[in-house]
This record gives sequence, structure tokens and C-alpha cells, in this order.
Amino acid sequence: METLLNRYRNITVLLLVIFAQLILLAYQVKNDSDVRLIRVWAVTAVTPLARTIEGARGGTEGFLQNYVFLRDTHSENEHMRTELGRLKLENQFLKTELATADRAKALQAFEQRSLSKMIAARVIATATGASASAVFVDRGSTLGVEKGMGVVTPDGIVGKVLAAYPTASLVLLATDPSFAAGVVSQKNHVRGILKGIGHGNCRVDYVQNEEKVETGEWFYTSGDDRIFPKGMPVGQVTAARPGNPFQEISLDPAGLASGLEEVLIVLQGVHQEIPDLKTASQDVYVGPPPPAGPADAQPASAQDASNPGANGAPVLPTDADKIREHYKDIGDAQGHKFGENPPGSKPVDFNFQIKPGDKPPAAKPVPSAKPPAAPAAAPTAKPDNQ
Amino acid sequence: MRYSDEHSLLYGQRETQISRFKAWVLLLVPLAAILFQVYIPLFFQFLAYLELPLIVTVYFALMRRSPIGGLFVGAFVGLAQDSLSKNPLGMFGITKTIVGYVAASVGLRLDVDHPLIRLILGFFFFVFHQFIFWALSRGLLGQQVAFETQRTLVLGLLNAIVAVSLFHFLDKLKERA
Repeated sequence: METLLNRYRNITVLLLVIFAQLILLAYQVKNDSDVRLIRVWAVTAVTPLARTIEGARGGTEGFLQNYVFLRDTHSENEHMRTELGRLKLENQFLKTELATADRAKALQAFEQRSLSKMIAARVIATATGASASAVFVDRGSTLGVEKGMGVVTPDGIVGKVLAAYPTASLVLLATDPSFAAGVVSQKNHVRGILKGIGHGNCRVDYVQNEEKVETGEWFYTSGDDRIFPKGMPVGQVTAARPGNPFQEISLDPAGLASGLEEVLIVLQGVHQEIPDLKTASQDVYVGPPPPAGPADAQPASAQDASNPGANGAPVLPTDADKIREHYKDIGDAQGHKFGENPPGSKPVDFNFQIKPGDKPPAAKPVPSAKPPAAPAAAPTAKPDNQ
Repeated sequence: MRYSDEHSLLYGQRETQISRFKAWVLLLVPLAAILFQVYIPLFFQFLAYLELPLIVTVYFALMRRSPIGGLFVGAFVGLAQDSLSKNPLGMFGITKTIVGYVAASVGLRLDVDHPLIRLILGFFFFVFHQFIFWALSRGLLGQQVAFETQRTLVLGLLNAIVAVSLFHFLDKLKERA
């Protein structure tokens, strides 16, 4: 027996070591929810080192930029003193632009704007493996980060927390094949499941072929997965074609488009509405009033002309105004003044036909009993000022 | 001279060529390789495809020419890599244990100091590593992942070229007899 073991010593040790690791692997796969102590130790040991290296790199870069290169900039500015005023203005403009583009400020602004409770984190390392789609961020369970929390940027969702260690967290990116999130399209509110494909783009699964999804359309989180609050941007559709049994929808994740440096971890999500699409019918164009033409030069009544609207334009007469004006003309043509004639006087004939030339100017008082004389002047050209 | 005598002689010659390293080299080089894989891709994303922990494992296994030593180096590097990955502990561990064992066994039979042999071995062990990892992912974890042959071959070649250069550098860290 001893000879046999000695003879196959190497292969025996190999099998033992593999067997031990298989036991370890099987044990983990069974209990997926707990964090292993070896992981805690490894991450706690490595992340401070990564943080130190990052600090040293940042410090060196800062020193070079703030002292060595600044001296050159200063001497260069000495030679350009004549253009200092213009440069100051330009510099101020660029500073404003830089400040606007600053990712940290953008994150802060987004954090304040959003109803969800979030914590900012910095990406300090990537996970191991040639095709790793996971990163480490410098916020851990001591700051309230927990497994399963969503990770976002103002541009869109990034991934979810896979494991929370005391000083750092492992974030699974949305491009990983094991990532999934509930999404809904902006235009037609088509629901689906976002899944990673390992690199670059993501896909949206479980969308029926009958549902309408267009290229360029935005998808937002639906809030169904209880990871991301509803209403966070996910990405734009790059391709959508019928498939079997569901549509094949490719999506460009907006949160990962411009590289990852700072992210926000959603500690407490609050659902928000998905922003509506702006359609052409919503923007109503209200034009200025039409210019006064020849027909409008004579207003329907003197009162209309003398009572402009709130914006100074003359008030257009209504149908009731036109009828009132017509009866008033009939009364004037027959020498009748409404409301002033004594009882027993001849009533006005409302069937009286007014000829175009018979219409008297409203300015002239007409004797009550006599029919009006010929009009003194045709009132067509100028409006009455009464 | 009989074949068995000749074989034993060759085997014995190889065993006398065992390279020894100081303890800090055995500790720091794998650690540096893992740190490289964790940190450098943040700035140079294409370097994420470099499997430095694998290259280091293969190197120590080849040079030590001890299958047990090789498998333990592989197991430790793999488990350390696992603890910093999204995979369950043991995936890289088992893969690199097997790679370390096979590499050490190959080191007993081949002249691994020749650059061409190193290039071929670097390529072979990368593809072998990726294949075992893929098989374990499907077999043990039930993940439906595809084995990207073309991509693996290209990355294998790139890793092999890097391995030859790195082996040359690591040769300088060997203890002199």
C-alpha cells in the first residue's frame, strides 16, 4: 500500500487538492447568500493596497501637474501678458465648462435631484479573470452598502452590488451575462428583461414580436426587479428585429458608455415616473393676430374699435354683437331709439331692409320721429370715434 | 545502454536542473501578477486580457519541475484570484491546480529554457486553462457560456508572447547555485 502511494504520490496529491476545492466550491454554490471569510480577508488586504497605489499615483500626477507643469505654464504666461485679459475671460469660460462637465459634480447634482438615497463611490479595481465584467468600488458594508443594491450614474444604470465587504464592494456590471434587470420602453411602455452579453452591448429579452420597439428608443428601469427604482435610464436600442420566440433587441447601456470612474450606489430607491416623449402635437404655436385688411378697416362697431383687447388688438365681434348691431341700424334707419321711445309710439319694423347707402353714421344723433336723411358721408373709409 | 537506463538518466538530468527561488520571490511575484490584473485594466482596458497569474503559475511550475509544488502554486494563485473575482471560490483554484500540475510534469520532460518551447507552452497552457475553466463553468455551475475558439487562440498567442518576455525577466530572480 505504501509503495503504491509512493508510486502515485503526485497524482494522489493532485486529486486530493482538487477534491478539497470541489468541496469548497460545492459548499459555496449551495449557500450563495453568505460572504466567505477568505473573500473578506482578501478584499480587505488588497483594497487598501490598491487605494494606496491609487493615492500615490494621484499624488504624483497632482504634484507634476500642480508644480512642475505649472511652472512652465507660468513662464509661458509671462510671455503672453498682453493677452492676459482675453485669456482670463477664456479661462473663466473654460473653468465653467469644466465644472459643468466634472463627473463628481454631476454625480452630486444627480444625487440631490434624485429622490432615491444614494452614496457616491469610486471604482478602485477590476475583478480578476480575462473576461471579468465586475469592478470593486471603495464603499462597503460599513457605510450601509448591501448585496443586491443597484449602482447607477446620471447617464444610466451600471450594475448591482454582488458582494459587500467592510471597506469595498464588488459590483457586477450590466454587461455581464449573469446580470438581469426589469426594463420598460419609453414610447410604447414595452416591458422586458435586460441581460448582459459579456461585452459591449446588452440585450432585452422576453419582448413579444407583436410589441413595437424602435431603434433609438430609450429603455428605463421598470422597478419590477426591486434592485433599481423605476424611471432610471438604461440605454438606447441599437437594433430590434423579430426573433423566435421573442424579439432580438440590442441595447447600448448608457451608464457604461463613457467609462467608469465614479458611481452612485442606490441605498434606498424611490420610484419615479418615466419621462414622457415630446410629440409635435404638444407644442401649440400661437401666431400674432392677422394684420388689419380692408374689411377690417371698418370695425363692426365703434365700441369694438375703441375697446381693444388686453394685447392692444381690436376685439373681434361675436354673432350676438353682429345681430345687435343689425337691429340698431334698423332702428336708426326708422328713427327709433331703443329704450327711449314713449309708450304708444310706432314700433320698429324689424323686416325693414337697409340699403347699403342708408346706413347712417352712428355718430350723428337722429331725430326720433323722422326718418333719417341721406347719409352725410359714407363711413367706409374711417371708423367712427364715438 | 537500455532504454530504461537512458530514460532514467534524462529524467535525472532534468531533476538536477530544478530552479530555486527565494521565498519573497515566490510570494511577491504571484501577488504582483494578481494586483496587475486587478488594477492596471482600470487605465488600460485591453490589458485585462493578460492572464499574468496564469503565466506566473506556469513559470514556477515549469522551473520547479515538481508536480506537487506546481499544483500547490496553482492552487494558491487560483484561490487568491478567485477571492477577487465574481466566481465561487475554487473555479480558478481547480483550473490553475491542474495547469500547475501538468506544467510541472511537462517541465520534467522538456527543455523549458528554450524561447520557442516557452512560446509554445505559453500558448498551450493559456488555451488549456481557458478550456478547463469553460468546462468547469458549464459542468459545475451550469452556466450556458460559449467557448470562443477564435478569440481564445488570438489571446493565447498574445499571452504566449508576453510569457516569453516575462519568463526571461523571472529567470533573473532565480537563486544562483
